[in-house]
Amino acid sequence: MSATISPSRQPSGRIANSLTSGQLPRFIEWYMLAGSLALSAVILLLMGFNVAGWLVLAAVIYLIGLGILSSAVENRRKATDRVVRGLVTVAFLLALAPLISTLITVVANGIGSINWDFVTQTSQSVFDPDTLEVTTKVGAWQAIVGTLIITGIAALISIPIGILTSIYLVEYAQPKHWMARTVTFLVDVMTGIPSIVAGLFAFSLFSLIVGPKAFSGFSASIALSVLMIPIVVRSCEEMLRLVPMDLREASYALGVSKFSTITKIVLPTAIAGIVTGVMLAIARVIGETAPIFMAASFTDNFNANPFDGPMQTLPVMAYTGYKFPGQDIAASNASAWGAALLLVILVVILNLIARVVAKVFAPKGSR
Amino acid sequence: MSKRIEVNDLNVYYGDFLAVEGVNINIEPRTVTAFIGPSGCGKSTFLRTLNRMHEVIPGAYVKGEVMIDGNDLYGPGVDPVLVRRQVGMVFQRANPFPTMSIRDNVLAGVRLNNKRLSKSDGDDLVEKSLKGANLWEEVKDRLNLPGSGLSGGQQQRLCIARAIAVSPDVLLMDEPCSALDPISTLAIEDLIEELKQEYTIVIVTHNMQQASRVSDKTAFFNIAGTGKPGKLIEFDETTTIFSNPTVQATEDYVSGRFG
Repeated sequence: MSATISPSRQPSGRIANSLTSGQLPRFIEWYMLAGSLALSAVILLLMGFNVAGWLVLAAVIYLIGLGILSSAVENRRKATDRVVRGLVTVAFLLALAPLISTLITVVANGIGSINWDFVTQTSQSVFDPDTLEVTTKVGAWQAIVGTLIITGIAALISIPIGILTSIYLVEYAQPKHWMARTVTFLVDVMTGIPSIVAGLFAFSLFSLIVGPKAFSGFSASIALSVLMIPIVVRSCEEMLRLVPMDLREASYALGVSKFSTITKIVLPTAIAGIVTGVMLAIARVIGETAPIFMAASFTDNFNANPFDGPMQTLPVMAYTGYKFPGQDIAASNASAWGAALLLVILVVILNLIARVVAKVFAPKGSR
Repeated sequence: MSKRIEVNDLNVYYGDFLAVEGVNINIEPRTVTAFIGPSGCGKSTFLRTLNRMHEVIPGAYVKGEVMIDGNDLYGPGVDPVLVRRQVGMVFQRANPFPTMSIRDNVLAGVRLNNKRLSKSDGDDLVEKSLKGANLWEEVKDRLNLPGSGLSGGQQQRLCIARAIAVSPDVLLMDEPCSALDPISTLAIEDLIEELKQEYTIVIVTHNMQQASRVSDKTAFFNIAGTGKPGKLIEFDETTTIFSNPTVQATEDYVSGRFG
């Protein structure tokens, strides 16, 4: 065996690969972002600084700069890709901004007034016979109970009606049948009803039945279900239509009746989506103010009877706390923010429950 | 258990559209009958009329007679649900119920018909049906896992097990192997061979080798053109259809000259 090593086959120089093209460094987007933030800060410091202007200008500089740089070094297609990607991200951040801002404001203002007493006690005035002073204690218990009762009754009315309507539309009605088209049309119209109209409807309906001053939690529930039914119908209809026709056919081919097919195959398959839709509908109406304000009015007294007398709810408490403050204006405002925060917490809890339920009921399997 | 099917002058309509015209056919018990023909010629439509599954499609109806052991499927007062309990069906795409375990899928037909079933009877039925579908050895240790976790071929055999668990007299198969690999196809063809001992089997297939492998008799359907109704052209012993058909169109089709 000779000891000579065969010369390396690889050429020492770079081979020109016809598939390569110019490329910007890997983290160019982050450099570019830092650069445009700095540049925008410098420009604005000369003109007077404000945060919103700084961010907007930075975004504009970033998009234009990246576009120019990329089309110079890379090519048109990549430049377009980078700019559009930037635009989409900016749009997303813009959509997120009001949401986060609202959340921060509510938490910052409301956190101070939330404590155990606020949650578990009702508002009341206490007369001290020694000092002859009247002190008001602020509590949200009556509003929490009212919100839960009114929304609960609305859900009890709307969920069965909504789910049964969507079952009719998807499983029973012929697609072009006049009845199905009428129902679909009415549901669409109802989706667009302003909530104040629903409140007026419920209030005038109960005024006709009960007479003047017909404030009650139940009539507020009626107003809310007018708003809630179309949402439930719509979301359940979508979910039921997602159930593959194959499964219904498989069930029919086993000699299973239509009723059993719907209750034991179609509904269980769609249950996760239906639960999510229902929870979103509840979250949508739980924060309604105008219809509840009209139909149930407002009160500081504890009232757990939905059929008699005004009933307090969290959104109405937030509204009246600001609009009709008591003698201690600061305390009223604080309780309004507290009610708003409680409402947000309630909605978050409902959403979490919806997610857990959807996860538990979701069809299992590796698909 | 298996029964004879007699079809007299059957027309199938979708609304105003005549989809299948003038079918006359006699299917003997304990045989495998294959329907072949180009796409859109009405094989599947006709197959569905044998257990009234075409009624799931809005506007579909038939004229004519389908007799199963002398009982007319389309006579007045016939309950389609009762028909389908006697005539089971397996579909092109495996469709196990996603909310149910393998065991529950097999028992679905019995359970959903609101029949009470003791645990031990259920176990026996599951074992018998899965063994009948050649799936028992593969899934016996995971009966409580979801059916949708099985492979495509296993899912299709699960669907067959589900269909035979309600002990039908006739088993209709609508292209049961078209989405499967050759090995799963072989497993299902072997299964058809075994099921033949107990059931009358009708299978729609696009695969002529499959038709010649599994079937005793073959029916060739054809369509004169788009918008025209599909017709039964020829129905005979499978060997005759593939070696010495009487109609020219059949010979052209099976020899691959068209379609």
